Amino acid sequence: MKVLITEYLRINLDTEQWECRRCGHEHGSARDNYKKGLLVYDRDPREVHKPLLDPAKYERTYSPDPNWCRILEYYCAQCGTLVEAEYLPPGHPPLHDIELDIDALKLQWKDRQEVTEPPVGPDLALEKVLNHRALHARTHGHQH
Amino acid sequence: MHDKISAEEQVLIDKFLADNKLFLGPDPEIMRNHSIQPRSSVEDEILKKGLDTHQVHHVRGLINAALSEAFSMVNQMGAAPGAKWGDLVTGIYTAQGDLAMIAPHGIIAFAACCFYPIRFIIKNWITDPTVGVKDGDGFIHNDARYGGVHNTDQSMMMPLFYKGELVCWLSSTIHEGENGACEPGGMPAAAESKYDEGIKMSPFKVVENFRLKRDLVTFLQNSVRDPKLQLEDMKVKLHAVMRLRERIIAILDQFGRDALMGTLRLHLEDTETEMRRRIREMPDGTTRVLQFMDSSLRENCLQKLSLAITVKGERLIMDFRGSAPQFMNRAVNTNIASFKAALCTGLLQNIWPDLPHTMAVLSPIEIISDRNSIIDAEGEMPQAMSLMPMFKACVAWTIPMNKLNYSVPTRYSAIIASQYDQAATFIYGGLTQHGDVTGNFCSDINGNGQGARSHADGEHSVSPVFGFMCDSGEQEINEEDTPIIRLGAQRLAKDRIGWGKYRGGMGYEQIATARGSGMWGFMTGCEGSKFPSAQGLFGGYSCPSYQLLKIKGINIFEELRKDPKVVEVFDIVELMNKQPIKGGQYSSNDMGMTFELCNEGEIYMICQGSGGGYGDVLERDPKLVMKDLAEDLMSHENARDIYKVVYDEKTLIVDEQATAELRAQTRLARIQRGKPFEQFCIEWVKPEPPTNVPYFGSWNDNSVIWTVNPAIGLRSNMPASAMSGVFMPNPKDLQILQLQAQNEALKAKLAACESKA
Repeated sequence: MKVLITEYLRINLDTEQWECRRCGHEHGSARDNYKKGLLVYDRDPREVHKPLLDPAKYERTYSPDPNWCRILEYYCAQCGTLVEAEYLPPGHPPLHDIELDIDALKLQWKDRQEVTEPPVGPDLALEKVLNHRALHARTHGHQH
Repeated sequence: MHDKISAEEQVLIDKFLADNKLFLGPDPEIMRNHSIQPRSSVEDEILKKGLDTHQVHHVRGLINAALSEAFSMVNQMGAAPGAKWGDLVTGIYTAQGDLAMIAPHGIIAFAACCFYPIRFIIKNWITDPTVGVKDGDGFIHNDARYGGVHNTDQSMMMPLFYKGELVCWLSSTIHEGENGACEPGGMPAAAESKYDEGIKMSPFKVVENFRLKRDLVTFLQNSVRDPKLQLEDMKVKLHAVMRLRERIIAILDQFGRDALMGTLRLHLEDTETEMRRRIREMPDGTTRVLQFMDSSLRENCLQKLSLAITVKGERLIMDFRGSAPQFMNRAVNTNIASFKAALCTGLLQNIWPDLPHTMAVLSPIEIISDRNSIIDAEGEMPQAMSLMPMFKACVAWTIPMNKLNYSVPTRYSAIIASQYDQAATFIYGGLTQHGDVTGNFCSDINGNGQGARSHADGEHSVSPVFGFMCDSGEQEINEEDTPIIRLGAQRLAKDRIGWGKYRGGMGYEQIATARGSGMWGFMTGCEGSKFPSAQGLFGGYSCPSYQLLKIKGINIFEELRKDPKVVEVFDIVELMNKQPIKGGQYSSNDMGMTFELCNEGEIYMICQGSGGGYGDVLERDPKLVMKDLAEDLMSHENARDIYKVVYDEKTLIVDEQATAELRAQTRLARIQRGKPFEQFCIEWVKPEPPTNVPYFGSWNDNSVIWTVNPAIGLRSNMPASAMSGVFMPNPKDLQILQLQAQNEALKAKLAACESKA
């Protein structure tokens, strides 16, 4: 039985291992931080959010300030998938962001069917916006 | 003196203290309780008798229709810009002041705050012989310390009596804007204490016999910059609430008091039950997220918000301990009650929009915070720009809840990364072209880009982060009312994107100037100029940083008269890089700007922002990349460098094999440059925050809070359990000191040169 945890992570309840959902690579014990099984790279945010204003003319260019913010990119060690992009001030300890009770998880899934493809939920937030737009158009007598 | 007192003496003492309370300030007993109260004896009696569930459903539908009608009335008649665009709500509360239902299109947070003042009225005014609560009374309130988002919102609250019995409360709230604060528009970032925030209405009676009391209305008009607006919207809210009252009385006449009161209570209890059921479906464990706010709106400084969500059975605990301390003289604080209202909004907007809009969704959630932190601020501190931490609360759910929710077999709503979470709009004030004094904000606040979804890109400029409303107003109407001229509007901000397998919905550019006023100005209240605000999900990137751009010292109208082609396209990046208007002072600034005068024809430019991205950029379908190029949302440079697509720039035909190869190489390059986590941490992790960043909040231990005194560069820390607020120096004083030091250094240099000569 494998339980999907994120777009790129699942937990194998039988082996109690974190696994990559793209290549099946085992990242380590599900009772531990999955990040320990990944590769990390300190990315300069200006490579991802490139300066749009001329840096020769302006200090602020739409790029984050690299002295204030870095992007920690976490890659699967086997397939290189970008599992997480964590924005942190330089030197800030990475966050232990997922810490699950594996015994409780096993109990919870005891009577559940395995899910291999995540369901897609209805777009309710968007639906509510569209409803409101329709109400507004009716109220003000015009179309948007 | 004796140390034991009898029960009778204790009653006497309690009564004496209650009767002689010096000041009925915000009441912690009310303000710190976000849960629904235990059933009243009346509610218990009704529910024990049992209700017909079909009838409950029918009554609920009728109440919803009545709330919707009252919402539409305010929307159509309201004078405040916020009312015209939907920044309002109507709500109904139980007799003991629990928020039962919110108008289907309204701003959840407004109503989610309004039960606090209603509970205050119930606790203090019903039994007070000098006030009292009777049929036909109406109460007004705006001070967020008694419950509210911020002091620019004003509420009208009315008790509904049926056959002599108080059966429920009704309310209407509008973001009015102007409130007489130290800066126009009602959200003064310059406020240094609560006394700079303008008029501060604790809940008081302003309506008797269904009529506004003119003496009090005059007092309020006299306290704000826009007396016409003050009067008109008080009337609008009163009459909307009175219409709502008529509709509820019709329901009472048709179905009886038990049906109404029972439905309101059952609605709360059913919602809470459903919340607990959904919590039980999630795995037990803890997920965490950090958010960083990079400005106090007076200076850049990094403030950490820390959140751990723990699920255990049907308990859900949100732990915000370790967050930054409150600022004693900066406006970006919020009290915990307002913060919780934003959490309620965020849950209903981003996680489970299908749940009924009621406070009961938050009721089963336990919230832990450090007293005197920026999200649980107390005392004399200002909180006029509480939107800053509150907008973070709206999106705080998206990362940790999706990490808990992803495994649940039933998906109630789409998985969404963080929406752009800044109030990216111009706040304005001054003299209009008609000679009136005014102050308010533009409706562009409604154009936050949606976060990317697990199955699709985010929608562009979809709605505000705090509501489902969507209209950004009619510019022609705005130009009739104010001197603001839009040189550019609703043009999507090219290349400013939260990248991912699915990208965030983008925001648009706003380019404004003023014309025809002797005195006009703007302010902006956004963070995210150094540290991006909207976070990506599951490998998706955040939005970029955003700036406030200015072209001062010119008059664009004069320039256009001289040469109509001086600016071909009002595009921010092009204007700033090419600098086509000669003699202009071009500057790129922090997105937080206190009120500043705009001379005729000077140009101010900001952007609405993008939502966060979802997933690995290398998994983005090349067809979607080409679509973004075809729609001119993105440059070729980013298509190649970020998404690693190989294609023909002229035809936009993708070379699929070359793209697959390039992406495989990129993955390989990642593996080569990445370091094992533990080895990386040895090099990366530092024991303290960096010395070159003014940092506030915990670092590696949530029980220790770091602060800086920027005046002397002194870093210190304190226990989170005994946190005190931080007093910031005036940035202009610091600048003067810096200039004086430079001056002295230059003088010394000159003296040295002269002595050599």
